[in-house]
Amino acid sequence: MDLSLSTETVGDRTVVRVGGEIDVYTAPKLREQLVELVNDGNYHLVVDMEGVDFLDSTGLGVLVGGLKRVRAHEGSLRLVCNQERILKIFRITGLTKVFPIHTSVEDAVQATD
Amino acid sequence: MATVELLFSALPEHVRTARLVAAAVARRAGVDEAVLDEVRLAVGEACSRAVGLHNSQGISSPVRVVLIEDEKKFSIEVADDAPRPAAVAAALARAAAGSAKGSGPGGVAEDIGVDSDDDMGLAVISGLVDDVEVTADESGGLIRMSWPTASTTALP
Repeated sequence: MDLSLSTETVGDRTVVRVGGEIDVYTAPKLREQLVELVNDGNYHLVVDMEGVDFLDSTGLGVLVGGLKRVRAHEGSLRLVCNQERILKIFRITGLTKVFPIHTSVEDAVQATD
Repeated sequence: MATVELLFSALPEHVRTARLVAAAVARRAGVDEAVLDEVRLAVGEACSRAVGLHNSQGISSPVRVVLIEDEKKFSIEVADDAPRPAAVAAALARAAAGSAKGSGPGGVAEDIGVDSDDDMGLAVISGLVDDVEVTADESGGLIRMSWPTASTTALP
């Protein structure tokens, strides 16, 4: 399955809905999307990963890159994820301490700290 | 001992194929369903790493994946042809061995000082797979991973 991406603006947040597999082949597409959003002045991003079937370290690298970009503009990058197999990858790499991970898009959009 | 061997050109689009084949063979070998996600992820990481190494060093030979079904375990070997200086090879082996034995609360990323996608891939493999061995020398690298099969876990 390929990667699917869609974006939606909710207040001052931009929600990026990701579906499919994020791996070495598809991650560049997600990177482009995040770079484009930041270049267009969207500094508060919520990446909804509920539709993601597979995530590897290349995908993690892209998310870390996105976080770095938004932080340069005092922005934020929040994740929405409830899938244990995806959360596990964040845990074993210690990235749960780096990304705020929320259980719903509504929750992530309202979060302030 | 039964084996399935897969050779693929070092292209990112073929890594998914390697994941699917590895998961299918692992399932057939009797690896627990709950562990198949880990097999899929670990082999994907190893193959992504090999593809990256071949591309960055302009190596045209294919990446090799060998799936070995033993009586008690299922093993995967992912081999690349990217030569490493001896010092780098030793550091990689130490990092993999150290984090596989158990990582601190900071996770393996912190333990081995992740600073690139390549290291992150190894960190994920080490965090996922208990039995993993990373070796590399002047002729290339090899990641060997194994998982118990159902026949062994079912024993008292």
